[in-house]
Amino acid sequence: MRRVAIIGVGQTKFRTRRDDATHEELTFEGVSRALEDAALSISQIESFVYGTMDPFDGVNSPDKWCVGGAGAVGKPYIKISTGGTTGLTTGIAAYHQVASGAFDIAMAVCTQRVGVGDDAQSILNTCVCPIYERDAGAGAITVGAQQASRHMFKYGSTDYQRALVSVDAHKNALNNPYAHIQVDVTPEDVMNSRMIEWPLRLLECCPRSDGACAVIFASEEQAKKLCPKPAWVWGEASIIDSYWWGERPDLADWDILSLAGRRLFKMAGIENPIKEIDVAELYAPFTSQTLLELEALGFCGKGESGPQIEKGVFKMDGEMAVNPSGGVLCTNPIGATGLVRLVEACLQVTGKAEKRQVPDAEVALAHAWGGTMQLHALMIVGKHKR
Amino acid sequence: MAEKKEEFIKVKANWNIPYTHSAGKCASHFFQEMKEKKRIFGIRCPKCQRVMLPPRSFCERCFVETTDWVPVKDEGVVDSVSINYMEYTGMPKPPYAIAFIKLDGSDSRLMHFVGGVDLSDWKKAKELVKIGTRVKAVWKEEREGRMTDIMYFKPISAK
Repeated sequence: MRRVAIIGVGQTKFRTRRDDATHEELTFEGVSRALEDAALSISQIESFVYGTMDPFDGVNSPDKWCVGGAGAVGKPYIKISTGGTTGLTTGIAAYHQVASGAFDIAMAVCTQRVGVGDDAQSILNTCVCPIYERDAGAGAITVGAQQASRHMFKYGSTDYQRALVSVDAHKNALNNPYAHIQVDVTPEDVMNSRMIEWPLRLLECCPRSDGACAVIFASEEQAKKLCPKPAWVWGEASIIDSYWWGERPDLADWDILSLAGRRLFKMAGIENPIKEIDVAELYAPFTSQTLLELEALGFCGKGESGPQIEKGVFKMDGEMAVNPSGGVLCTNPIGATGLVRLVEACLQVTGKAEKRQVPDAEVALAHAWGGTMQLHALMIVGKHKR
Repeated sequence: MAEKKEEFIKVKANWNIPYTHSAGKCASHFFQEMKEKKRIFGIRCPKCQRVMLPPRSFCERCFVETTDWVPVKDEGVVDSVSINYMEYTGMPKPPYAIAFIKLDGSDSRLMHFVGGVDLSDWKKAKELVKIGTRVKAVWKEEREGRMTDIMYFKPISAK
C-alpha cells in the first residue's frame, strides 16, 4: 500500500433544515469548499466515493441525485452506506483507492438531511430485525441508553459525569462556526433537561442535522506537488460485530471497538494512545458513548472514564482533547457525521482549526460507529509523515 | 436594487409502503411454540454448544447449522434497561421500558419490554425495573405467532 495524504477538506454549516438548498446543492457546497481548501479543480478528482444512510432523506439512494453536485458525472463512483459509520467508511474507501494505486486523487463526499424527515427514531427503528426485535420500540437512543444503564451498573459512572461530557462538547461547539447546536450549558442544565429515554436526558442526545462534507485523498507524489501542508494518513481500521446485540458479552464494554482500536494502533505505530494522540474526534451522539469509547480505545482504564472526565483530562487543555469540534452531540448529519470527524482531525493537525485549535496538535484520531452497536471505523492522521 | 427576499418552497412527500417479511423455518417454529403452547425455545449450536435466543438456523460464530431446540424458561434477569418517554411515529406509546433479558437456560439476551409496573415517573420506574431484576413473561390470551405474543416481562416481585 502507498502512503496517502489528505490535501483538502470542506464542510457546510450544519443545521436542522437547509431550506435554501436541495440535496445536490448541499453536496455542491461541501465539495466546492473541499476543492477551495485544496486549490484544485473538479477535473483533477479521478474517482469519487459517496456516503449516505439512505432512508433519512426520503429518497432511495440519494447518491444518484447528488452525482452532479459531487462533480462526478463521467467518473468512477461508488456508494457506501454503513449506518452511522457511513462517513468514515466512505473516507476509508477513498483512502483505499489511493493507497492501492488504483487512483492518485480520490474524493470522499457525504451528504445527509436528517431534518427533512419528521421522525429519525422511527427510521432508525427499521434498522433492527423485523422478525424478532422491531416490535420492542428501540431507536438509536436505545443504544446509548442501554449502554448508559449498564455502564452505571457495572462501573458506577454517574449522571454528573455524563453531564460533564455534554458541557464540554457544547463549550467546544461554541468555537466551531460549522456546529449545529451552539449554546453554553451547565451541568445543572443537562441534569435538569427533559428525560428522553432513561437514563439519557435531552442535552445528552444529538440533534438531527442537514449538511455535507468532503475530503480529498492524494498519493504521496501528488500531495507533494499540490499541497504545502497535508494531513498524512497513519492508519485506519474498520470492523463489524454481530447484528444481534443480545449476544454482546457486556453492553458496558465496547469490545469490538477495542479490537478495531488495537488493529488501528498497530498500523499507525501507536504504543501509548493517550500520550501519542493529541486530539480524538469520537462518534458519540449520546453522552454515555464517550465513556465507553474512551475506555474501549484505551485512553483510560475500564470504568475510569468518568473520574478522568471529572479531572478534565479530555478538555481542550487536558491531556488529550476530545471532540474540539463539539462532536456529534452538537452536530449529527448521520451519514456524513463520520466524515466530519475526519475533517476536524485534519483541520487540527494542519493547524487550520482557528478558534478551536488544540495547540501543537500533531496526531488526531477520527472514529465513527453504526448499526446495532455493530460497526466501527477509525482513522489516524498526522501533521508529519509516519 | 433591493431584492425582495423570496420564501423557500417546501415539497411534501410520503413513503409508506407495506412489507411482508419472511420469518423463515426457524423463527416460524419458534413463533408456533409461542402461539400454541406459550413456550420459549432457544437453539443450541452443535459446535460451541451455546443456546441462542432469539433462535437462528445457523451459528454465525462456528458457521454451522443449528437443529437442537432447547426449552428456555419464560423467566429471567434484566441485564440492561432503558425507559422511553418520547413518542415516535408508528412506535409504541410511551412510557415503555426496553430491556435485554437473560432468560434461564439461554446464553444470549432477548430484547423485549418490561411492564406491568407504573413507568409514568422515571424516578420511581428506575427503581422498579433495575438491572438484576427477575422478570416473567406476561402472555397475550389471543396469540398470533409474533414477539408481541408476550406483552411484556413483569418484575416477579411486582404485585
